Amino acid sequence: MNPAYSVILFTTASGAGYGLLVWLAIAVLLGSVAPSGALAAAGLVLALALITTGLLSSTLHLGRPERAWRAVSQWRTSWLSREGVLALATYVPTGLWLLVQWFSPSIWWIVPAFLALLAAAGALATVWATGMIYQSLPTIRAWSEPLVAPVYVLLALATGGVVLALLQAVFGSPWQVMAIVAAVLLVAAAIAKWLYWHRIDTAPRSWTVESATGLGSIGRVRPLEPPHSQPNFVMREMGYAVARKHASTLRMLSLGAGFVAPALLLVLAASLPPVPATFAALAATLGVAVGVITERWLFFAEAQHVVTLYYGAERV
Amino acid sequence: MTALPLATEKKLGLVIDLDTCVGCQACVTSCKEWNTGGYSAPLSDEQPYGADPHGAWLNRVHSYEAGDGAKGRTVHFPRSCLHCETPACVTVCPTGASYKRGEDGIVLVNPDTCIGCKLCSWACPYGAREYDYTDGIMKKCTLCIDRIYNETLSPEDRQPACVRACPTGARHFGDLGDKESAVSKLVAARGGYDLLPELGFKPTNKYLPPRPRKVEATTRAAPTEAISASDGSPAERLFAWVDKVLSA
Ligand code: SF4
Ligand code: SF4
Repeated sequence: MNPAYSVILFTTASGAGYGLLVWLAIAVLLGSVAPSGALAAAGLVLALALITTGLLSSTLHLGRPERAWRAVSQWRTSWLSREGVLALATYVPTGLWLLVQWFSPSIWWIVPAFLALLAAAGALATVWATGMIYQSLPTIRAWSEPLVAPVYVLLALATGGVVLALLQAVFGSPWQVMAIVAAVLLVAAAIAKWLYWHRIDTAPRSWTVESATGLGSIGRVRPLEPPHSQPNFVMREMGYAVARKHASTLRMLSLGAGFVAPALLLVLAASLPPVPATFAALAATLGVAVGVITERWLFFAEAQHVVTLYYGAERV
Repeated sequence: MTALPLATEKKLGLVIDLDTCVGCQACVTSCKEWNTGGYSAPLSDEQPYGADPHGAWLNRVHSYEAGDGAKGRTVHFPRSCLHCETPACVTVCPTGASYKRGEDGIVLVNPDTCIGCKLCSWACPYGAREYDYTDGIMKKCTLCIDRIYNETLSPEDRQPACVRACPTGARHFGDLGDKESAVSKLVAARGGYDLLPELGFKPTNKYLPPRPRKVEATTRAAPTEAISASDGSPAERLFAWVDKVLSA
């Protein structure tokens, strides 16, 4: 599948934003971040910025962005529509939470706590819906794996956790717990991703050009002439394939630089004084960004669509 | 609505005969010609005279080789929307622009509400949906709804443009939900089949397999030494001599 940069940016940025929202809510509920302090406000603003950047970039990849509002109508059958509904719904408690902090910080604690809980639930549901858009497609074997949506959620939680740890370090508040939690999540995400790659590498490729054309009873089928001289939309969109050797290098880069190294860095830096800790957290965040963008690029580039059978693939 | 109808009154679709299709592309061009002015209009092309021409076409004809040796043959293979009974292309659509009609089973895209998210094209196993880069929306075969019910056309023209254009009669249109229809009988008689049945989309369109080859055809097929060997007549020797002189 063609890795569209707008979709990569959308899923990684808004994933981190939703993850940040979840950890912020948990931290406020557990009392480790003051519900009406500067840190909570900065966290909320950053989460909203990441989410909104992502959503805007995803509408840019539409052919008719001005009609995007129509996408909330088909939530009964479409995961893309559900994602849109959930994303919009999550803005409500998140925005109210920010307003409450800003204008009435002395309000009874149960109000921001309740809003935080709703925002976190909305964030998790939205990321799950994003994963399900891919996981529910029957035509792409690498995506109809049951690990796809859980990995989306895990990666959102891991990246959001790293961002919250960074924010805590920047604000000079205790960040050790979040750093360790983020490191554990990064390792968990790396393991899940490794399992996912193992599964897609070993899955049987049972769809064949013989079944796609129904000509198997005559014998082996191979393309003689394509229907057109230049690649058409289907080939441009669905025919993208990354070389296997290239892909395995990128997998290693993603897991090493993007997950394992930042996790180690966070654990080692957890006991440092604020200034070096901030730099360590920044480095970890950058590493995670590279890792998760590479991971998302591979998620598309490695996914083979069944329609490629008509265009020369022997089995998928 | 992207929820699928539980059952459709009719199952209109095409039956494509891979035995008689000669790969002439007449159906491809007549489809483009009709539909660039019809329901899906326009069907834009990008750089039609440039270095990388491509565009939205609703019907494509591939050519494959199947089998080896004496069994081997060329099969021309038209491919367009199969108007599936349970198509994921419809249910994934976030806007309701994609829908399957309850009355005749035709799968359509509403050009006024499609947002061009392309998700439906990812959900179709058959590559039947093509994005129009200029128009920003998805295009697909409409089974020529603007012909088949069009009372301003003469009755024989109330068929999809591709069916009308095919010079060998390789394309047939009708109600595949009616066991007594001509197309259903044709499918039964010729062993019509579904493409990629394991994906569970239940295509309405059926393909008729190439007929088994007659034995003489294969033995007659490979003239080799016999022709070049001289039969000894004076004319034959003359030509052999001319051939030798000219090719020396
Ligand atoms: S062939 Fe593709 S576009 Fe047509 S109904 Fe089936 S899944 Fe949908
Ligand atoms: S491209 Fe149009 S028809 Fe296809 S899923 Fe998106 S909105 Fe629906």
